[in-house]
Amino acid sequence: MPNEISLEALIAGDRAEFARLVDSYSSSIYRLGLRMLGNPQDAEDILQNTFINALTHIHKFEGRSSLLTWLYRIASNEALMLLRKKKPEVNLDDVEGGDDDEDLRPTQFVDWSALPEDELLSGEGKNFLDEAIRTLPESMRIVFLLRDVEGLSIRETAEALNLTETNVKTRLLRARVSLREKLSAYYGERFSVRSET
Amino acid sequence: MSEHVHKNCKELLGSLSSYIDGDLSPELCLELEKHLAGCDDCTVVLNTTKRTIDLVHSPLEKPDLPEDVRERLFKRLNLDTYLNPKSQ
Repeated sequence: MPNEISLEALIAGDRAEFARLVDSYSSSIYRLGLRMLGNPQDAEDILQNTFINALTHIHKFEGRSSLLTWLYRIASNEALMLLRKKKPEVNLDDVEGGDDDEDLRPTQFVDWSALPEDELLSGEGKNFLDEAIRTLPESMRIVFLLRDVEGLSIRETAEALNLTETNVKTRLLRARVSLREKLSAYYGERFSVRSET
Repeated sequence: MSEHVHKNCKELLGSLSSYIDGDLSPELCLELEKHLAGCDDCTVVLNTTKRTIDLVHSPLEKPDLPEDVRERLFKRLNLDTYLNPKSQ
């Protein structure tokens, strides 16, 4: 773990401290961009714009959230802006919960939870998981990525995305259920095929 | 495989995420655990949902920043002086 970044030094314009900030958090920001947009060039644009923005506006950071949550907020805005530009037809504000819970009803009941990680994520399995995340609707995917992949709390995710905590929980539930369904169908087929041979 | 239609299961699914996050009231937790004890399908749904979340936490799912991307980022930010070594 890096030593704690000094906000005072950042605000005072300490370049070495800003370089430390970049090295501490750039992998996380790049991953988020890569998973939201799906290609390395867009992810790199999001990464660069996030830190340019951070450098320009660091004096406005009030410390009400962590620096990383603040960076995720900038990066999420960058990613969503780029998505709107590239796919204007996508509704990024959907999935408010509603009354229709039919899509939450599980249909897959294979218990693959005790299988070891190296089997589940070996080659094709890892690709399948990445693809399953990539095909979640954007409004759910960004919540899932911040909460479950990057490990922000519900409150931090809500802050980063300017959503209510209830809204974050609704989107998270749907994302998790949807992903579980896909993985269960895949692992069910993969491991039953293997047991027959 | 039959479709899962128990009456209580729908409520469980609505609380699934909050339960996993330890965010349910003790009363709801108790109610849910009572249901789980008698419902194999819901237990599978819970276990595989937890496992799904574990998998995305795997280091395999968190690759580092490619070195060439890092270099271009530092140059763009006029931080070339601090490019080497990695300044953590």
